[in-house]
Amino acid sequence: MSEGISQPDKPETLEGDSRDLFSKFDDLIAMREGLLATGQEDPFNLVMEKVLSPTRAICNGRDTILLGTYNYMGMTFDPDVVEAGKQALDDFGSGTTGSRVLNGTYQGHKECEDALREFYAMDHAMVFSTGYQANLGIISTIAGKGDYIVLDIDSHASIWDGCAMGKAEVVPFKHNDLEAMEKRLRRIPEGAGKLVVLEGVYSMLGDIAPLKEMVAVAKKYGAMVLVDEAHSMGFIGEHGRGVCEQAGVIDDVDFIIGTFSKSVGTVGGFCVSNHPKFEIMRLVCRPYVFTASLPPSVVATAATSIRKLMRGSNKRAHLWENSKRLHGGLKDLGFQLGTEEPQSAIVAVIMPDLEKGAAMWEALLKEGLYVNLARPPATPANMTLLRCSLCAEHSEEEVETILGMFERAGNAVGII
Amino acid sequence: MDRAETDQTIRRLIEPFNKKRVAITDATTFAGDLEFDSLTVMDFVAAIEDDFDVIISMNQQAEIETYGQLVDAVHKLQADR
Ligand SMILES: Cc1ncc(COP(=O)(O)O)c(C=O)c1O
Repeated sequence: MSEGISQPDKPETLEGDSRDLFSKFDDLIAMREGLLATGQEDPFNLVMEKVLSPTRAICNGRDTILLGTYNYMGMTFDPDVVEAGKQALDDFGSGTTGSRVLNGTYQGHKECEDALREFYAMDHAMVFSTGYQANLGIISTIAGKGDYIVLDIDSHASIWDGCAMGKAEVVPFKHNDLEAMEKRLRRIPEGAGKLVVLEGVYSMLGDIAPLKEMVAVAKKYGAMVLVDEAHSMGFIGEHGRGVCEQAGVIDDVDFIIGTFSKSVGTVGGFCVSNHPKFEIMRLVCRPYVFTASLPPSVVATAATSIRKLMRGSNKRAHLWENSKRLHGGLKDLGFQLGTEEPQSAIVAVIMPDLEKGAAMWEALLKEGLYVNLARPPATPANMTLLRCSLCAEHSEEEVETILGMFERAGNAVGII
Repeated sequence: MDRAETDQTIRRLIEPFNKKRVAITDATTFAGDLEFDSLTVMDFVAAIEDDFDVIISMNQQAEIETYGQLVDAVHKLQADR
Protein backbone atom coordinates (compact mmCIF):
# COMPACT_ATOMS: atom_id res chain seq x y z
CA MET A 1 0.00 0.00 0.00
CA SER A 2 1.65 3.17 -1.05
CA GLU A 3 1.27 6.09 1.24
CA GLY A 4 0.87 8.25 -1.85
CA ILE A 5 -2.11 10.52 -1.85
CA SER A 6 -4.75 9.64 -4.38
CA GLN A 7 -4.68 12.13 -7.19
CA PRO A 8 -7.21 13.30 -9.76
CA ASP A 9 -6.64 12.09 -13.33
CA LYS A 10 -6.29 15.56 -14.73
CA PRO A 11 -3.56 17.86 -13.48
CA GLU A 12 -5.00 20.64 -11.37
CA THR A 13 -4.89 24.06 -12.98
CA LEU A 14 -2.05 26.07 -11.53
CA GLU A 15 -3.05 29.33 -9.93
CA GLY A 16 -0.38 31.82 -10.91
CA ASP A 17 2.92 30.25 -9.92
CA SER A 18 1.84 29.39 -6.37
CA ARG A 19 2.20 25.64 -6.88
CA ASP A 20 5.58 24.17 -7.57
CA LEU A 21 7.71 21.24 -6.44
CA PHE A 22 7.70 22.63 -2.91
CA SER A 23 3.91 22.44 -2.57
CA LYS A 24 4.19 18.94 -1.12
CA PHE A 25 5.76 20.49 2.01
CA ASP A 26 2.89 22.91 2.68
CA ASP A 27 1.37 20.87 5.52
CA LEU A 28 4.70 20.61 7.30
CA ILE A 29 5.39 24.32 6.84
CA ALA A 30 1.95 25.15 8.27
CA MET A 31 2.50 22.86 11.26
CA ARG A 32 5.84 24.47 12.09
CA GLU A 33 4.44 27.97 11.72
CA GLY A 34 1.56 27.04 13.99
CA LEU A 35 3.93 25.81 16.67
CA LEU A 36 6.23 28.83 16.49
CA ALA A 37 3.28 31.28 16.44
CA THR A 38 2.58 30.29 20.03
CA GLY A 39 5.89 31.95 20.98
CA GLN A 40 7.63 28.60 21.34
CA GLU A 41 11.43 28.60 20.88
CA ASP A 42 12.23 26.60 17.76
CA PRO A 43 13.40 23.16 18.90
CA PHE A 44 15.05 22.51 15.54
CA ASN A 45 16.98 25.76 15.25
CA LEU A 46 19.11 25.92 18.37
CA VAL A 47 22.54 27.50 18.08
CA MET A 48 25.42 26.69 20.40
CA GLU A 49 27.41 29.90 20.54
CA LYS A 50 30.17 28.44 22.67
CA VAL A 51 31.01 24.89 23.69
CA LEU A 52 32.66 24.82 27.09
CA SER A 53 33.13 21.06 27.53
CA PRO A 54 31.49 17.78 26.44
CA THR A 55 28.66 18.57 28.87
CA ARG A 56 28.34 22.39 28.85
CA ALA A 57 27.63 25.02 26.19
CA ILE A 58 26.22 28.50 25.76
CA CYS A 59 22.94 27.89 23.87
CA ASN A 60 20.80 30.81 22.72
CA GLY A 61 22.74 32.98 25.21
CA ARG A 62 22.29 30.61 28.21
CA ASP A 63 24.79 28.48 30.09
CA THR A 64 23.38 25.03 29.42
CA ILE A 65 24.01 21.46 30.54
CA LEU A 66 24.07 19.22 27.47
CA LEU A 67 21.93 16.10 27.85
CA GLY A 68 21.07 15.62 24.21
CA THR A 69 24.33 14.99 22.41
CA TYR A 70 25.79 11.63 21.39
CA ASN A 71 29.05 12.48 23.09
CA TYR A 72 28.66 9.38 25.29
CA MET A 73 32.28 9.01 26.27
CA GLY A 74 33.12 12.72 26.37
CA MET A 75 36.02 12.42 23.92
CA THR A 76 35.51 15.73 22.07
CA PHE A 77 37.82 17.73 24.36
CA ASP A 78 40.21 14.94 25.29
CA PRO A 79 43.66 16.60 25.18
CA ASP A 80 45.32 13.70 23.32
CA VAL A 81 42.54 13.61 20.75
CA VAL A 82 42.66 17.37 20.14
CA GLU A 83 46.45 17.31 19.94
CA ALA A 84 46.42 14.50 17.36
CA GLY A 85 44.05 16.53 15.21
CA LYS A 86 46.21 19.65 15.39
CA GLN A 87 49.32 17.69 14.53
CA ALA A 88 47.63 16.13 11.49
CA LEU A 89 46.42 19.53 10.32
CA ASP A 90 50.01 20.77 10.45
CA ASP A 91 51.51 17.69 8.84
CA PHE A 92 48.90 16.74 6.24
CA GLY A 93 46.82 19.87 5.62
CA SER A 94 43.11 20.53 5.88
CA GLY A 95 41.69 17.98 3.44
CA THR A 96 42.42 15.19 0.99
CA THR A 97 40.43 16.52 -1.99
CA GLY A 98 39.85 13.02 -3.27
CA SER A 99 38.24 9.61 -3.04
CA ARG A 100 39.63 6.81 -0.89
CA VAL A 101 40.34 4.80 -4.06
CA LEU A 102 42.25 7.58 -5.82
CA ASN A 103 44.28 10.23 -4.01
CA GLY A 104 42.30 10.24 -0.73
CA THR A 105 43.95 7.46 1.29
CA TYR A 106 46.62 8.90 3.61
CA GLN A 107 48.67 7.24 6.30
CA GLY A 108 46.02 8.47 8.78
CA HIS A 109 43.18 6.58 7.08
CA LYS A 110 45.21 3.38 7.29
CA GLU A 111 46.03 4.01 10.96
CA CYS A 112 42.39 4.66 11.69
CA GLU A 113 41.41 1.35 10.08
CA ASP A 114 44.18 -0.39 12.05
CA ALA A 115 42.76 1.05 15.26
CA LEU A 116 39.28 -0.24 14.35
CA ARG A 117 40.55 -3.73 13.53
CA GLU A 118 42.26 -3.82 16.89
CA PHE A 119 39.29 -2.38 18.76
CA TYR A 120 36.92 -5.03 17.37
CA ALA A 121 39.53 -7.81 16.99
CA MET A 122 38.37 -8.29 13.39
CA ASP A 123 40.21 -8.86 10.11
CA HIS A 124 38.86 -5.98 8.03
CA ALA A 125 37.86 -2.37 8.61
CA MET A 126 36.63 0.14 6.07
CA VAL A 127 36.24 3.83 6.94
CA PHE A 128 33.47 5.87 5.27
CA SER A 129 32.87 9.61 5.36
CA THR A 130 29.82 9.18 7.65
CA GLY A 131 27.93 6.38 9.38
CA TYR A 132 25.00 7.19 7.13
CA GLN A 133 27.15 6.38 4.11
CA ALA A 134 28.48 3.20 5.74
CA ASN A 135 24.95 1.80 6.06
CA LEU A 136 23.92 3.13 2.68
CA GLY A 137 26.98 1.67 1.00
CA ILE A 138 27.31 -1.73 2.63
CA ILE A 139 23.62 -2.63 2.59
CA SER A 140 22.96 -1.49 -0.98
CA THR A 141 26.08 -3.22 -2.27
CA ILE A 142 25.67 -6.63 -0.66
CA ALA A 143 21.87 -6.98 -1.03
CA GLY A 144 20.68 -6.39 -4.58
CA LYS A 145 17.75 -7.26 -6.79
CA GLY A 146 16.29 -10.66 -5.90
CA ASP A 147 17.93 -10.77 -2.45
CA TYR A 148 15.88 -10.35 0.73
CA ILE A 149 16.54 -7.93 3.59
CA VAL A 150 14.74 -8.68 6.85
CA LEU A 151 14.92 -5.71 9.22
CA ASP A 152 13.37 -4.17 12.32
CA ILE A 153 10.60 -1.67 11.53
CA ASP A 154 12.28 0.93 13.80
CA SER A 155 15.55 0.91 11.85
CA HIS A 156 17.53 4.11 11.29
CA ALA A 157 16.94 6.15 8.12
CA SER A 158 20.37 5.23 6.75
CA ILE A 159 19.41 1.52 6.87
CA TRP A 160 16.12 2.12 5.05
CA ASP A 161 17.87 4.23 2.44
CA GLY A 162 20.49 1.51 1.92
CA CYS A 163 17.70 -1.03 1.38
CA ALA A 164 15.95 1.22 -1.15
CA MET A 165 19.14 1.96 -3.05
CA GLY A 166 20.03 -1.72 -3.47
CA LYS A 167 16.57 -2.73 -4.77
CA ALA A 168 16.44 -5.91 -2.66
CA GLU A 169 13.08 -7.18 -1.43
CA VAL A 170 12.56 -5.40 1.89
CA VAL A 171 10.71 -7.30 4.62
CA PRO A 172 10.29 -5.46 7.93
CA PHE A 173 9.19 -7.05 11.19
CA LYS A 174 7.69 -5.59 14.37
CA HIS A 175 10.23 -3.94 16.64
CA ASN A 176 12.37 -6.44 18.58
CA ASP A 177 9.86 -9.24 17.86
CA LEU A 178 11.87 -12.45 17.52
CA GLU A 179 8.91 -14.56 16.42
CA ALA A 180 7.89 -12.07 13.72
CA MET A 181 11.48 -12.05 12.46
CA GLU A 182 11.66 -15.85 12.32
CA LYS A 183 8.35 -16.16 10.46
CA ARG A 184 9.60 -13.83 7.74
CA LEU A 185 12.91 -15.66 7.38
CA ARG A 186 11.06 -18.96 7.11
CA ARG A 187 8.90 -17.69 4.23
CA ILE A 188 11.75 -16.44 2.03
CA PRO A 189 11.97 -18.52 -1.14
CA GLU A 190 14.62 -21.22 -1.20
CA GLY A 191 17.94 -20.15 -2.66
CA ALA A 192 17.43 -16.39 -2.28
CA GLY A 193 20.21 -14.34 -0.62
CA LYS A 194 19.25 -13.18 2.86
CA LEU A 195 20.49 -10.29 4.99
CA VAL A 196 19.20 -9.54 8.49
CA VAL A 197 19.79 -5.96 9.65
CA LEU A 198 19.59 -5.16 13.36
CA GLU A 199 20.70 -2.38 15.69
CA GLY A 200 22.38 -2.91 19.05
CA VAL A 201 20.72 0.08 20.70
CA TYR A 202 17.62 1.66 19.16
CA SER A 203 18.21 5.35 19.59
CA MET A 204 14.63 6.56 19.98
CA LEU A 205 13.69 4.62 23.12
CA GLY A 206 17.20 3.59 24.15
CA ASP A 207 16.24 -0.08 24.22
CA ILE A 208 18.53 -2.88 23.08
CA ALA A 209 17.85 -5.78 20.71
CA PRO A 210 17.74 -9.40 21.94
CA LEU A 211 20.79 -10.11 19.78
CA LYS A 212 21.64 -13.50 21.29
CA GLU A 213 18.34 -14.97 20.15
CA MET A 214 18.02 -12.96 16.94
CA VAL A 215 21.49 -13.72 15.61
CA ALA A 216 20.98 -17.43 16.36
CA VAL A 217 17.70 -17.46 14.41
CA ALA A 218 19.23 -15.56 11.49
CA LYS A 219 22.07 -18.09 11.31
CA LYS A 220 19.61 -21.00 11.50
CA TYR A 221 18.04 -19.71 8.27
CA GLY A 222 21.39 -19.13 6.58
CA ALA A 223 21.15 -15.33 6.60
CA MET A 224 24.06 -12.92 6.86
CA VAL A 225 23.77 -10.53 9.80
CA LEU A 226 24.62 -6.84 9.92
CA VAL A 227 24.41 -5.02 13.26
CA ASP A 228 24.50 -1.23 13.53
CA GLU A 229 26.23 -0.49 16.83
CA ALA A 230 26.21 3.31 16.45
CA HIS A 231 24.88 3.97 19.96
CA SER A 232 26.78 1.29 21.88
CA MET A 233 30.38 1.61 20.69
CA GLY A 234 32.79 2.43 23.48
CA PHE A 235 30.18 1.88 26.17
CA ILE A 236 28.38 -1.48 26.01
CA GLY A 237 30.26 -4.79 26.23
CA GLU A 238 33.44 -5.62 28.11
CA HIS A 239 35.66 -3.93 25.51
CA GLY A 240 33.03 -1.46 24.36
CA ARG A 241 32.41 -3.40 21.15
CA GLY A 242 28.66 -3.13 21.54
CA VAL A 243 25.55 -5.12 22.32
CA CYS A 244 26.74 -8.03 20.18
CA GLU A 245 29.77 -8.33 22.46
CA GLN A 246 27.60 -8.12 25.57
CA ALA A 247 25.28 -10.78 24.14
CA GLY A 248 28.23 -13.03 23.28
CA VAL A 249 27.42 -13.26 19.57
CA ILE A 250 30.04 -10.99 18.00
CA ASP A 251 31.68 -13.97 16.24
CA ASP A 252 28.41 -14.81 14.47
CA VAL A 253 27.82 -11.27 13.23
CA ASP A 254 29.03 -10.79 9.64
CA PHE A 255 29.21 -6.99 9.63
CA ILE A 256 29.27 -4.33 12.32
CA ILE A 257 28.46 -0.79 11.24
CA GLY A 258 29.48 2.13 13.40
CA THR A 259 30.07 5.85 13.46
CA PHE A 260 32.69 8.29 14.74
CA SER A 261 29.95 10.88 15.38
CA LYS A 262 28.95 9.50 18.77
CA SER A 263 31.34 7.93 21.34
CA VAL A 264 34.39 8.54 19.16
CA GLY A 265 33.58 12.25 19.16
CA THR A 266 34.27 13.36 15.59
CA VAL A 267 32.68 12.47 12.25
CA GLY A 268 32.92 9.42 9.98
CA GLY A 269 31.58 5.90 9.72
CA PHE A 270 32.86 2.37 9.32
CA CYS A 271 32.18 -1.28 8.72
CA VAL A 272 34.22 -4.09 10.30
CA SER A 273 34.03 -7.72 9.22
CA ASN A 274 35.82 -11.06 9.17
CA HIS A 275 34.47 -12.01 5.75
CA PRO A 276 37.40 -13.29 3.64
CA LYS A 277 36.28 -11.36 0.55
CA PHE A 278 35.46 -8.12 2.39
CA GLU A 279 38.19 -6.00 0.77
CA ILE A 280 36.39 -6.10 -2.60
CA MET A 281 33.88 -3.68 -1.06
CA ARG A 282 36.39 -0.89 -1.57
CA LEU A 283 35.96 -1.18 -5.32
CA VAL A 284 32.24 -1.86 -5.66
CA CYS A 285 30.65 0.24 -2.92
CA ARG A 286 29.54 3.50 -4.52
CA PRO A 287 29.10 5.63 -1.35
CA TYR A 288 32.72 4.70 -0.54
CA VAL A 289 34.15 5.36 -4.00
CA PHE A 290 32.26 8.42 -5.21
CA THR A 291 32.85 10.84 -2.35
CA ALA A 292 35.89 12.52 -0.83
CA SER A 293 37.66 10.83 2.07
CA LEU A 294 37.70 12.28 5.58
CA PRO A 295 40.21 15.08 6.32
CA PRO A 296 43.51 13.96 7.90
CA SER A 297 42.72 15.77 11.17
CA VAL A 298 39.44 13.86 11.48
CA VAL A 299 40.96 10.40 11.01
CA ALA A 300 43.79 11.32 13.38
CA THR A 301 41.34 12.35 16.13
CA ALA A 302 39.24 9.23 15.43
CA ALA A 303 42.20 6.84 15.65
CA THR A 304 43.44 8.42 18.88
CA SER A 305 39.96 8.36 20.40
CA ILE A 306 39.31 4.72 19.41
CA ARG A 307 42.60 3.63 21.01
CA LYS A 308 41.71 5.48 24.21
CA LEU A 309 38.24 3.91 24.24
CA MET A 310 39.90 0.48 24.37
CA ARG A 311 41.08 1.42 27.85
CA GLY A 312 37.89 3.19 28.89
CA SER A 313 36.47 0.73 31.42
CA ASN A 314 36.37 3.29 34.27
CA LYS A 315 34.50 5.76 32.12
CA ARG A 316 32.12 3.01 31.03
CA ALA A 317 31.37 2.20 34.67
CA HIS A 318 30.68 5.86 35.50
CA LEU A 319 28.41 6.25 32.48
CA TRP A 320 26.37 3.26 33.65
CA GLU A 321 26.07 4.88 37.08
CA ASN A 322 24.80 8.07 35.44
CA SER A 323 22.31 6.23 33.28
CA LYS A 324 20.93 4.26 36.23
CA ARG A 325 20.63 7.35 38.46
CA LEU A 326 18.89 9.46 35.80
CA HIS A 327 16.53 6.65 34.82
CA GLY A 328 15.63 5.84 38.43
CA GLY A 329 15.28 9.51 39.39
CA LEU A 330 12.99 10.38 36.48
CA LYS A 331 10.88 7.31 37.15
CA ASP A 332 10.52 8.29 40.82
CA LEU A 333 9.43 11.79 39.75
CA GLY A 334 6.57 10.18 37.83
CA PHE A 335 7.77 10.55 34.24
CA GLN A 336 6.87 7.86 31.73
CA LEU A 337 10.05 6.37 30.25
CA GLY A 338 10.84 4.42 27.08
CA THR A 339 12.21 1.40 28.95
CA GLU A 340 11.39 -0.19 32.32
CA GLU A 341 15.10 -0.47 33.18
CA PRO A 342 18.03 1.55 31.84
CA GLN A 343 19.48 -0.41 28.89
CA SER A 344 21.86 2.14 27.35
CA ALA A 345 23.08 5.72 27.74
CA ILE A 346 19.78 6.97 26.28
CA VAL A 347 16.82 7.64 28.55
CA ALA A 348 13.69 8.56 26.58
CA VAL A 349 10.96 10.50 28.38
CA ILE A 350 7.56 9.98 26.73
CA MET A 351 5.51 13.17 26.31
CA PRO A 352 1.70 13.15 26.11
CA ASP A 353 1.71 15.08 22.79
CA LEU A 354 3.81 17.37 20.60
CA GLU A 355 2.54 20.62 22.20
CA LYS A 356 3.32 19.48 25.75
CA GLY A 357 6.62 18.02 24.53
CA ALA A 358 7.66 21.29 22.91
CA ALA A 359 6.60 23.23 26.02
CA MET A 360 8.59 20.89 28.25
CA TRP A 361 11.58 21.13 25.94
CA GLU A 362 11.47 24.92 26.19
CA ALA A 363 10.96 24.92 29.95
CA LEU A 364 14.05 22.71 30.33
CA LEU A 365 16.07 24.96 28.04
CA LYS A 366 15.14 27.95 30.21
CA GLU A 367 16.25 25.94 33.25
CA GLY A 368 19.58 25.52 31.46
CA LEU A 369 19.22 21.97 30.13
CA TYR A 370 19.37 20.79 26.54
CA VAL A 371 17.65 17.53 25.59
CA ASN A 372 16.59 16.20 22.16
CA LEU A 373 13.00 16.67 21.12
CA ALA A 374 11.97 13.79 18.85
CA ARG A 375 8.62 13.74 17.11
CA PRO A 376 6.75 11.75 14.49
CA PRO A 377 7.52 10.47 11.93
CA ALA A 378 11.06 9.86 13.26
CA THR A 379 9.65 8.17 16.40
CA PRO A 380 8.09 4.74 16.90
CA ALA A 381 4.30 4.62 17.38
CA ASN A 382 4.06 8.36 16.62
CA MET A 383 5.32 9.27 20.09
CA THR A 384 6.75 12.62 21.09
CA LEU A 385 9.91 12.03 23.11
CA LEU A 386 12.41 14.04 25.10
CA ARG A 387 15.54 12.02 24.59
CA CYS A 388 18.25 12.33 27.20
CA SER A 389 21.65 10.96 26.36
CA LEU A 390 24.20 10.82 29.10
CA CYS A 391 27.91 11.42 28.96
CA ALA A 392 30.67 9.78 30.97
CA GLU A 393 31.77 13.34 31.82
CA HIS A 394 28.49 14.24 33.56
CA SER A 395 29.35 14.40 37.25
CA GLU A 396 27.19 12.83 39.93
CA GLU A 397 26.17 16.34 41.05
CA GLU A 398 25.23 17.31 37.50
CA VAL A 399 22.85 14.37 37.29
CA GLU A 400 21.17 15.56 40.52
CA THR A 401 20.93 19.10 39.11
CA ILE A 402 19.34 17.67 35.96
CA LEU A 403 16.73 15.81 38.02
CA GLY A 404 15.85 19.06 39.83
CA MET A 405 15.38 20.80 36.49
CA PHE A 406 13.10 18.03 35.26
CA GLU A 407 11.04 18.23 38.44
CA ARG A 408 10.47 22.01 38.16
CA ALA A 409 9.81 21.95 34.41
CA GLY A 410 7.53 18.91 34.66
CA ASN A 411 5.45 20.60 37.36
CA ALA A 412 5.30 23.90 35.44
CA VAL A 413 4.09 22.21 32.26
CA GLY A 414 1.77 19.90 34.15
CA ILE A 415 3.22 16.57 33.05
CA ILE A 416 3.95 15.16 36.51
CA MET B 1 -8.22 -21.17 -2.93
CA ASP B 2 -9.97 -19.10 -5.64
CA ARG B 3 -10.03 -15.30 -5.72
CA ALA B 4 -13.43 -15.10 -4.02
CA GLU B 5 -12.16 -17.11 -1.06
CA THR B 6 -9.02 -14.99 -0.82
CA ASP B 7 -11.25 -11.92 -0.90
CA GLN B 8 -13.39 -13.30 1.93
CA THR B 9 -10.43 -14.04 4.13
CA ILE B 10 -8.89 -10.59 3.60
CA ARG B 11 -12.29 -8.99 4.30
CA ARG B 12 -12.33 -10.76 7.65
CA LEU B 13 -8.71 -9.77 8.39
CA ILE B 14 -9.24 -6.09 7.58
CA GLU B 15 -12.19 -5.69 9.94
CA PRO B 16 -10.27 -4.78 13.11
CA PHE B 17 -8.27 -2.19 11.12
CA ASN B 18 -11.31 -0.64 9.43
CA LYS B 19 -12.04 1.64 12.37
CA LYS B 20 -14.42 3.91 10.48
CA ARG B 21 -16.42 1.01 9.03
CA VAL B 22 -15.77 2.14 5.48
CA ALA B 23 -17.72 0.03 2.94
CA ILE B 24 -14.99 -1.87 1.10
CA THR B 25 -14.98 -2.40 -2.67
CA ASP B 26 -12.16 -3.33 -5.02
CA ALA B 27 -11.59 0.41 -5.62
CA THR B 28 -11.20 1.33 -1.93
CA THR B 29 -7.77 2.87 -1.32
CA PHE B 30 -5.74 2.19 1.82
CA ALA B 31 -4.13 5.60 2.18
CA GLY B 32 -7.07 7.72 1.01
CA ASP B 33 -10.32 5.95 1.93
CA LEU B 34 -9.17 3.83 4.87
CA GLU B 35 -6.60 6.39 6.13
CA PHE B 36 -4.12 3.66 7.10
CA ASP B 37 -0.91 5.06 8.57
CA SER B 38 2.38 3.19 8.33
CA LEU B 39 1.89 1.38 11.65
CA THR B 40 -1.56 0.14 10.66
CA VAL B 41 -0.15 -0.98 7.32
CA MET B 42 2.56 -2.98 9.11
CA ASP B 43 0.09 -4.74 11.42
CA PHE B 44 -2.43 -5.39 8.65
CA VAL B 45 0.23 -6.78 6.30
CA ALA B 46 1.53 -9.01 9.11
CA ALA B 47 -1.99 -10.36 9.69
CA ILE B 48 -2.33 -11.26 6.01
CA GLU B 49 1.18 -12.73 5.81
CA ASP B 50 0.54 -14.93 8.85
CA ASP B 51 -2.85 -16.12 7.64
CA PHE B 52 -1.74 -16.96 4.09
CA ASP B 53 1.86 -17.85 5.03
CA VAL B 54 3.29 -15.54 2.35
CA ILE B 55 5.67 -12.56 2.23
CA ILE B 56 4.42 -9.23 0.92
CA SER B 57 7.64 -7.22 0.71
CA MET B 58 7.65 -3.43 1.01
CA ASN B 59 8.50 -3.33 -2.70
CA GLN B 60 5.29 -5.21 -3.50
CA GLN B 61 3.31 -3.09 -1.02
CA ALA B 62 4.41 0.04 -2.88
CA GLU B 63 2.57 -1.23 -5.97
CA ILE B 64 -0.67 -1.84 -4.08
CA GLU B 65 -3.00 1.11 -3.64
CA THR B 66 -6.47 -0.41 -3.64
CA TYR B 67 -8.20 -3.30 -1.93
CA GLY B 68 -8.71 -5.06 -5.26
CA GLN B 69 -5.02 -4.88 -6.06
CA LEU B 70 -4.24 -6.41 -2.66
CA VAL B 71 -6.60 -9.34 -3.24
CA ASP B 72 -5.05 -9.91 -6.68
CA ALA B 73 -1.53 -9.79 -5.25
CA VAL B 74 -2.25 -12.20 -2.39
CA HIS B 75 -4.12 -14.52 -4.75
CA LYS B 76 -1.13 -14.59 -7.08
CA LEU B 77 1.40 -15.07 -4.23
CA GLN B 78 -0.54 -18.11 -3.10
CA ALA B 79 -0.77 -19.56 -6.58
CA ASP B 80 3.01 -19.13 -7.00
CA ARG B 81 3.85 -20.88 -3.79
C1 LIG C 1 21.58 3.85 14.33
C2 LIG C 1 22.35 4.85 13.55
N1 LIG C 1 23.02 4.47 12.46
C3 LIG C 1 23.73 5.33 11.72
C4 LIG C 1 23.79 6.68 12.04
C5 LIG C 1 24.53 7.63 11.14
O1 LIG C 1 25.70 8.07 11.69
P1 LIG C 1 26.47 9.35 11.14
O2 LIG C 1 26.10 10.48 12.04
O3 LIG C 1 27.92 9.00 11.23
O4 LIG C 1 26.05 9.58 9.72
C6 LIG C 1 23.15 7.11 13.19
C7 LIG C 1 23.25 8.51 13.64
O5 LIG C 1 22.53 9.38 13.29
C8 LIG C 1 22.37 6.19 13.94
O6 LIG C 1 21.68 6.60 15.00
